Amino acid sequence: MTWLLRGVRPYGEAAVDVLIRDGIIADVGPRLAAAGAERVDGAGLVALPGLVDLHTHLREPGREDAETVQTGARAAALGGFTAVHAMANTDPVADTAGVVEQVWRLGRDSGLVDVAPVGAVTVGLGGTQLAELGAMADSAARVRVFSDDGFCVADPALMRRALEYVKAFGGVIAQHAEEPRLTVDAQMNEGVHSARLGLTGWPAAAEEAVIARDVLLAGHVGSRLHVCHVSTAGSVELLRWAKAKGFDVTAEVTPHHLLLTDDLATTYDPVYKVNPPLRTAADVQALRKGLADGTIDAVATDHAPHAVEDKECEWGAARPGMLGLQQALSVVIVAMVETRLLDWRGVADRCSIRPSRIGGSVRDGHGAELIAGAPANLVLVDAAARSVVDPAELASRSRNTPYAGMELPGRVVATFLRGRPTVLDGKAQA
Amino acid sequence: MRKHLLSAADLDREQATLVLDTAQQIEAALAGREVKKLPTLRGRTVVNLFFEDSTRTRISFELAAKRLSADVINFSAKGSSVSKGESLKDTALTLEAMGADAVVVRHSMSGAPHRLAQWIRGSVVNAGDGTHEHPTQALLDAYTMRARLGRLEGLRVTIVGDVLHSRVARSNVLLLSTLGAEVTLVAPPTLLPVGVETWPAEVSFDLDASLKADVVMMLRVQRERMAASYFPSPREYSRRYGLDAIRMGMLADDAIVMHPGPMNRGMEIAAEVADSVRSTIVEQVSNGVSVRMAVLYLLLGGAEVPL
Repeated sequence: MTWLLRGVRPYGEAAVDVLIRDGIIADVGPRLAAAGAERVDGAGLVALPGLVDLHTHLREPGREDAETVQTGARAAALGGFTAVHAMANTDPVADTAGVVEQVWRLGRDSGLVDVAPVGAVTVGLGGTQLAELGAMADSAARVRVFSDDGFCVADPALMRRALEYVKAFGGVIAQHAEEPRLTVDAQMNEGVHSARLGLTGWPAAAEEAVIARDVLLAGHVGSRLHVCHVSTAGSVELLRWAKAKGFDVTAEVTPHHLLLTDDLATTYDPVYKVNPPLRTAADVQALRKGLADGTIDAVATDHAPHAVEDKECEWGAARPGMLGLQQALSVVIVAMVETRLLDWRGVADRCSIRPSRIGGSVRDGHGAELIAGAPANLVLVDAAARSVVDPAELASRSRNTPYAGMELPGRVVATFLRGRPTVLDGKAQA
Repeated sequence: MRKHLLSAADLDREQATLVLDTAQQIEAALAGREVKKLPTLRGRTVVNLFFEDSTRTRISFELAAKRLSADVINFSAKGSSVSKGESLKDTALTLEAMGADAVVVRHSMSGAPHRLAQWIRGSVVNAGDGTHEHPTQALLDAYTMRARLGRLEGLRVTIVGDVLHSRVARSNVLLLSTLGAEVTLVAPPTLLPVGVETWPAEVSFDLDASLKADVVMMLRVQRERMAASYFPSPREYSRRYGLDAIRMGMLADDAIVMHPGPMNRGMEIAAEVADSVRSTIVEQVSNGVSVRMAVLYLLLGGAEVPL
């Protein structure tokens, strides 16, 4: 099928037409003609390479009541994503070739987004024994990102071995940086608000200590390290230092850590409970600056759907995590574009190009520039359109969005995956 | 008064003083009576919802509600929601359906009363939530101080012990500063929360330097905290932060010693101090009933029904 996108603005720049044929961007230029092409009126819409999420929880297998690959894929497409990495903390854990292939196939069957399973670093996320990383790498899912996310690979010797081992197949360890002994029963950022609320604090140092250790290990053995959901100003400083040393280290930040702060916990509404926790306004500023200057490479959602009963309860009993896929680009616009910290090329770089290289989805045509001959993975967004977030309207099976009731800019009008629309006129096509 | 009493910070100076004055009136009204009962809350239902064992607090609230002629239901639901049995929300909806006018809730998790207040129409009274607050304890403490020392404005109050885990300390700091007292918190640095510097209180690590006070309030310290290295041993804790006879001797003549109970005699407080004339520990218990009557009366009866 042939598609002609009329008058779109690649990276927010001059309006052009984009012709898509056979899954490829066939041409980019003014007033293109294409007989028989389906037309999309793209006047005023910003065109970006399809977004790539290094960090989602699709909950399948195991918690299909909270999310399935299908519902998560729909949320991803509606958020402008063409590829998402699905974290390994499912039930059973994605620590074998069998489970990662299952998730990969479910993603393929969804037809909405490429799902790249993340393999667990250790058996059962137990933190004691390496999972068969090579088998997952060699499987049909071709896993390259390994993470015990939800848990930290806390044992320094095991972390070192994991970093070394995945070099054999170009893998990367994505670390959930949290020193477990410093976060026993931790509920929220440790600071002024935790003191008053009587909620056990999650100190910034518990994240920073692990990042400091891991960047040194990565430097020592010459391995690639990716740091998940960086949340503190100190972490940004450590990453800046590690990059200056030339270590092969990358990092991601979540939309919620770019926008929300720990004072929201004063409501005791666990919709604001997340791990790592929401931090202070100073941390938010440092994270934005780190993303702007490239110290932080990528925005990753940490989309974490939870069933109603896991959030409609006491703060201490609630599971940590919040939805992210459908509002990620909107939050990036608020935090980074409207503040002039990133232009649209910067957004494309942090939300698509760099994550596609970190996670390896570049091999499947993600994170490609919007030029003739490139795979047609792209998103059209109306950056000025504002709407109020209504949890009931989200595609996710869960409702735990921290943005409920907020008016946010940015409407994804269309998403194309290999030349086929997964979203048209703001509606998912499957 | 507001609809709920979730935090000592819910009360401004006027409202807090009203609670204390009302408690005093209630005490006067009942003094010398053979039948210690007022008809004020007849026909109203008060539910004591206790997710955590606390016989003394439950009995105090139960007595308070009964003396106001309310119907009292004790609902003991041990264990947290989600993990064991019925969720807090389902419990709340059940109580709602039964027509509870007030729910007095004790819970091991901070903020549970706030959640409850979002789900039910009746009034919620926080009877202690996790390591957060215990506002009626602070009210009865303030009542006791005022009764003994005649004032709260300018009173120097030293609170000693496990501030980090203490809901009593949090509520007292908030209420006492609202009422014009000067609070000093004394604890080993391990038992003070990060962020305590923003509280309306002075902070000291040295008990001996903090005894120039009108009130010394000792907090319960669990021996088990030793296992998590908050302090090296009960003996060292007691040596550095316990109130013994020698330290009591350094207090001003009319200074009083308070403790919310239950006490660890020999740990944070020596037996001869607990049993001395300075000790208000038994008074605190009886004042607790009057203050809780005042809270229930003001939340439920309000001004419509005279005492």
